[in-house]
Amino acid sequence: MHKYVIKRLLMLIPVIIGVSFLVFFIMSLAPGDTARTILGEDAPIEAVEALREELGLNDPLPVRYANYMLDLLRGDLGTSYKSGRPVFGEIMARFPATLKLAFWGMVFAVALSIPIGILSATKQYSALDSVSMVFALLGVATPNFWLGLMLIIGFSLHLGWFPSGGAEGWRSLVLPVITLGTGCMANITRTTRSSMLEVVRQDYIRTAKAKGVSHRKVINKHALKNALIPVVTVIGLQFGQLLGGAVLTEAVFAWPGLGTFLVNSIKAKDTPSVLGCVIIFSICFSIVNLVVDILYAFIDPRIKSKYK
Amino acid sequence: MKTEKVKKRSMAGDIWRRLLRNKMAVVGLVILFLLVISAIFADVIADYDSKVVAQNVVERLQGPSAEHWFGTDEFGRDIFARIIHGGRVSLVVGLVSISVSLVVGGCLGAFAGFYGGKVDNIIMRIMDIFLAIPSILLAITIVAALGTNLINVMIAIGISYIPTFARIVRAAVMGVKDQEFVESARAIGASNATIIFREVIPNCMAPIIVQATLSVAGAILSTASLSFIGLGVQPPSPEWGAMLSSGRNFLRDAMHLTLFPGLAIVITILALNLLGDGLRDALDPRLKQ
Repeated sequence: MHKYVIKRLLMLIPVIIGVSFLVFFIMSLAPGDTARTILGEDAPIEAVEALREELGLNDPLPVRYANYMLDLLRGDLGTSYKSGRPVFGEIMARFPATLKLAFWGMVFAVALSIPIGILSATKQYSALDSVSMVFALLGVATPNFWLGLMLIIGFSLHLGWFPSGGAEGWRSLVLPVITLGTGCMANITRTTRSSMLEVVRQDYIRTAKAKGVSHRKVINKHALKNALIPVVTVIGLQFGQLLGGAVLTEAVFAWPGLGTFLVNSIKAKDTPSVLGCVIIFSICFSIVNLVVDILYAFIDPRIKSKYK
Repeated sequence: MKTEKVKKRSMAGDIWRRLLRNKMAVVGLVILFLLVISAIFADVIADYDSKVVAQNVVERLQGPSAEHWFGTDEFGRDIFARIIHGGRVSLVVGLVSISVSLVVGGCLGAFAGFYGGKVDNIIMRIMDIFLAIPSILLAITIVAALGTNLINVMIAIGISYIPTFARIVRAAVMGVKDQEFVESARAIGASNATIIFREVIPNCMAPIIVQATLSVAGAILSTASLSFIGLGVQPPSPEWGAMLSSGRNFLRDAMHLTLFPGLAIVITILALNLLGDGLRDALDPRLKQ
């Protein structure tokens, strides 16, 4: 098991290098002269040239990338063009807010979707099943930013129960979490249901029932663990959606997180901040995928045994 | 020759019949048909210059009425007309960008699956790197670098879906490449390119069609998302996400500005998802019996 975890951890390194290089490369395609942007249109050419040299903008792309990554290891992501402060600090100041949103969004999604999925599967074609499947279909099709706007209209402008923006107290968390989590919840519900339906038709479930094991025990002990494997995959995949969705959700609720920072940085053409944000998001996503892969091994002994 | 033709037609017919037996898929199909028709005839339904972009301050922020079915926006423009023309934008972006990813990702996946070994390893490791960035974030990054216009949005979304197709096509190709018909094509001296494009790919269309349908839905959602945060289609062009973005300033007094464009997105994506799910069931050989 240790061997498996270590192997997976080592595989993270090339992925992080690849992802950061890709993002670095894409951002280098941006037209316009960075030094000119910083100094303004009226600055003399000599000053612009001097700044280009100072920032290392005249170096070839691989050299610039290598320098960037070496700085990153020291926790230095460059300086924001807009605020003049270190990008790393700017990101770390906002990261907890985004993480909080993503965490509760996922908790909301998982806590509701798995029980609903199981109930739907065990009572297939019942009214409950139909209703929850209609909601799941709608949940998958609804853009989270629109859902957010509708929640604001209903619960904040008309009923006044929750604030329409900001991040003060638990009340301000409720609408963003529902906004962010609903799409995930719908996806996980559908996967749980179909996976459960597949498992309950297996021979070993019939055997367990034939032995006289109670229905509840068959579901909880025999079916659930096997049905959860594809569910864990989807939860892992959904986390990426969740991080991406956080950008939109934050935009709706003026949530002071990384997503809002990213969008504002793009609008201000603040390249170091954009680069830092996307790289941090992607590293997070890679780590989550790693955790999901390791979780598999705990759920599915067949994977673990491959690495004994 | 003749028997082959008959057989081919009956197989497509089989799939079609199975699709039509699925009520949800039919609902999706009908909605999509209406959307496509309204997008094609958008200019007939509502004139672009006089209704979609021309401002008419006297009629601003009116609620739904007989004259303006979905009301008017903050510039007095008819929201129904803008939604119909916005549908054109969404469908075009969805189809073009997914075609790009289908062709590029499909070829990469086919080569990886067919040749295996080093080719496979290199292509798929690069795809893994693309997959390590959440697709909407990748699209945001590309648009941020290239600039915000419709072409760049299509490029960005197209690129972000390449790895999805590469993976699916690779898996499908690996599933069929060792079957007898491929072997017999090789035996009669067909080149690798002929085998890939004439023998292998036509035999793994099922998962590709399903994924393409679902991805068009994803692409439409991404377009709306990019426009919503101001990185997609720019005003005054009618686009559903952009309409939501400008409508959010009037949530309290004129919620129809945000209600209807959002419903348009939900209905379109729902229809594509229903059709995609229906196709999956209709094309699944396990459910044939």
